[in-house]
Amino acid sequence: MNLKQIAYCIGAEILHGENLLEKVEIERAYASDLMSDVLAFASPGTLLLTGLTNVQIIRTAQMMDIPAVVFVRGKKPQEEAVALARSIGMPLLVSSKSMYETCGRLYAAGLSPCVIPCREA
Amino acid sequence: MDSHYEVEFPVRGDDFLAAGEASNQIKETLVMLGVPSSISRRASVITYEAEMNLVIHAGGGILRAIITPEKLTIEAIDRGPGIPDLDLAMREGFSTASDRVREMGFGAGMGLPNIKRNADSLEIDTEVGKGTTLTATVFFGR
Repeated sequence: MNLKQIAYCIGAEILHGENLLEKVEIERAYASDLMSDVLAFASPGTLLLTGLTNVQIIRTAQMMDIPAVVFVRGKKPQEEAVALARSIGMPLLVSSKSMYETCGRLYAAGLSPCVIPCREA
Repeated sequence: MDSHYEVEFPVRGDDFLAAGEASNQIKETLVMLGVPSSISRRASVITYEAEMNLVIHAGGGILRAIITPEKLTIEAIDRGPGIPDLDLAMREGFSTASDRVREMGFGAGMGLPNIKRNADSLEIDTEVGKGTTLTATVFFGR
């Protein structure tokens, strides 16, 4: 799916990067409010869904080659976060729905999850 | 690639706005040098987690990357409080981070385990009251 299809699927508002939406292909998604979990489990090219709004979300996405971020629960990212995303050409979407419903819609539409490796007890 | 390439960045403590800038510069350096993306991604996790530790726990420090044809070495050096119980700090889920830091999405007790998982070797030299030097190595041939 490309980002435009994803935005339509979840009824997202486009905060930045409208012109990039059709160019960005997304294969899988990862949803978390813990940045270290994103660093541990998100593979490159993954769409990140989060309820956090600070600039570190964008930094984390940038470090992990995550092409775009969806903010859930209608939360708008902080000004510094939007500014950083603009400077690196990273599209930002806002979903007014809950994390669960946003993920559910994308999963139902066929967007794959990231693989979590088996862990030692 | 030159036989030895070194970059070093100061990291300010508690500066959450700038946190990650040094790691991103190192990432850009690795890309510029033609380091494969499979390696640079592991390096990104190591540098970013180490940089966040400098910001959150150490009152700042130095983040350094040394690149040779065989390996990448990442060093995080601080004169912070040190780690009283290193075995405990290496455990997933253990964290001494403040609520403020947790609200930003950090302090889940995954930082050092994430670094260990992505490094081929990891050394942590720490002394309470003196500071910590973390040295992580990623070999290109593995």
